[in-house]
Amino acid sequence: MGRFLLRRLLSMIVVLAAISVLTFLIFQAIPNGDPAQRMAGRIATPETIAAIRKTWGFDKPLYDQYAITMKKVFTGKVISYTQSLNVVDEIKRDLPVTFSLAIGAGVIWLALGIVFGVLSALFAGRWLDRSLTVLSLTGISMPVFFLGAVLLYFLAFKLGIFPNGGYVPLTQNPLQWLYHMILPWFTLSVLFIGFYSRVLRSNILDAINEDYVRTARAKGISERRVMVRHVVRNSLIPIISLWGLDFAAVMGGGAILTENVFSLPGVGNFAAQSIGRLDVPPVLVVVMFGAFFVVLFSGVVDVLYALLDPRIRLSS
Amino acid sequence: MATTQPAQPPAAEPLDSDAPRAGIGPYRLAATRLRRNRVALAFGGLFLIIVLLCLLAPVYASQIAHTTQSENHVTDQIRVGGKLRDIVSPQGIPIGPTWHGRFLLGADQNGRDVAVRLLYGGRNSLEIGLVAMLITVVLATIVGTVAGYFRGAADAVLSRLLDLIWAYPAVLLGIALGTSLALGGLTVGPFSLKGNSLMVPAVIIGVVYIPYMAKPIRGQVLTLREKDFVDAARVQGFGPVRIMTAELLPNLASTILVFVPLILANAILLEAALSYLGAGVQAPNPSWGTMISDGIRLIPSGIHLTFVPGIMLVLCVLGINVFGDGARDALDPRAKVRLEH
Repeated sequence: MGRFLLRRLLSMIVVLAAISVLTFLIFQAIPNGDPAQRMAGRIATPETIAAIRKTWGFDKPLYDQYAITMKKVFTGKVISYTQSLNVVDEIKRDLPVTFSLAIGAGVIWLALGIVFGVLSALFAGRWLDRSLTVLSLTGISMPVFFLGAVLLYFLAFKLGIFPNGGYVPLTQNPLQWLYHMILPWFTLSVLFIGFYSRVLRSNILDAINEDYVRTARAKGISERRVMVRHVVRNSLIPIISLWGLDFAAVMGGGAILTENVFSLPGVGNFAAQSIGRLDVPPVLVVVMFGAFFVVLFSGVVDVLYALLDPRIRLSS
Repeated sequence: MATTQPAQPPAAEPLDSDAPRAGIGPYRLAATRLRRNRVALAFGGLFLIIVLLCLLAPVYASQIAHTTQSENHVTDQIRVGGKLRDIVSPQGIPIGPTWHGRFLLGADQNGRDVAVRLLYGGRNSLEIGLVAMLITVVLATIVGTVAGYFRGAADAVLSRLLDLIWAYPAVLLGIALGTSLALGGLTVGPFSLKGNSLMVPAVIIGVVYIPYMAKPIRGQVLTLREKDFVDAARVQGFGPVRIMTAELLPNLASTILVFVPLILANAILLEAALSYLGAGVQAPNPSWGTMISDGIRLIPSGIHLTFVPGIMLVLCVLGINVFGDGARDALDPRAKVRLEH
């Protein structure tokens, strides 16, 4: 266990370091991407540009620039080029929005994914299974931003049942918060519900043919107990691990499309806007933050896996 | 030298009571299973029809719509049901679907024929999806096979590389690369891409999906390489390249085939997402993603601008997904419905 955690920690650090270098290089590769020129504005004298270059350290070699930026990231003093705001503060401001979106949608997609998946497997081959299959495949085939726009058009613009996007903090007005979050939650969940129910369905159908299920039946346990205690319980393990990873991805700015369509000022939207401004520091921080979540959760999931299923040993 | 084993043992379950049981290869078997799945075939047909329509875009434009994909008709008028109507009203609101040859599905704010742009946009979306899928499938197969076969240092390096792409938030990686490349293009050795080339999003999407396919392939190769037929090949003096291509690849084929529709569908969806965020297909090229994103900005003036490309995209991806689902059931009998009570 100790060795496993140490190895995971090391590989996590390596991946995060590589991701930060890659992000830095992607933006360095942009032609006319000299941040000093853009920060100086349109009517800049060469002296101003040179001065900016000096204060921000753009005149130093690339690896020095990288080292300076990373030092600022870890001391929480990183400043965005175009907005001159502290990036860590900005992300702290946006995080509650993204967390609101992720936690609500996460609960919905996990619950409905499990319900649909179990129903689909129990009635495999019959009409309920077929209609749920078509439904989940439609969900998987639907671009989030299209679904969001259609829902906004009908339910907010035409019928006025829901607000037309935007965010109200939970601390300010819990009811308004809920009211504003329902459509985004549902929109974000649809894809995952479809995916989870498909995975769970095939897991259950695989498990039903396992020896331990036959043994359980042979012992004379009721069919209901066999399904609940033996089949579904074992089939849920991979779903839990999927949930961990997807939740982490959404927290790390992965819900960028949903946040964009519903004008939610979350981490993903912040990253999209920063990319549009070719502003390296915010993008670097968001990407590292997102990757950190994904790598962290994948480690947690592996540990959970071993705890839930004693056959799995933590090695390599 | 038939040292290769079929991916699945030949029919253990009886197919039809009167079907011959011996001598049917796994692919014949899969084809038979797929042929009986009417729903999957119907949706596969739907996808083929969409592809065909998109390929016929120039014919439709010149013969039926009498316009081109970028021709403006802002000041023109059209006779609908006996009445003369503006293509784009003085208030800037484009005409909706006329259900006639010209402007079948309406016009956009520049007075361009939406149906014509839909078909041309579909060509771009499908082309990007196809190229991206090929990049993913080829590279993922190579990386997965090499990492799994050689293990050790090669595996360590390749697996870390896959982890890197996998942990990088996919859409963020896409827009970061897309924005960067759209401005500057890409030059790698003899290959160079212009910033507004369709191949820019195709390459990005192709790279993003590699880990999702390479990891399972690597896992499968790790098991396969311990099998007796690989030992037999090694004893015969086959080199690693020959073992990987002649012995391992045929056994991976069904897995690879299962991934093809899956990656294709997701590549088309990611193209739409990138274009929506402005990091995919660049103007003036239309694609379903750019059409939807233009439409969403103009929702109050004409919902058809969002609906037409959106529904087309969903139908196309749904067609691939349902067919792919059927193909997976046919190729991978373990996932087949076999409820025994």
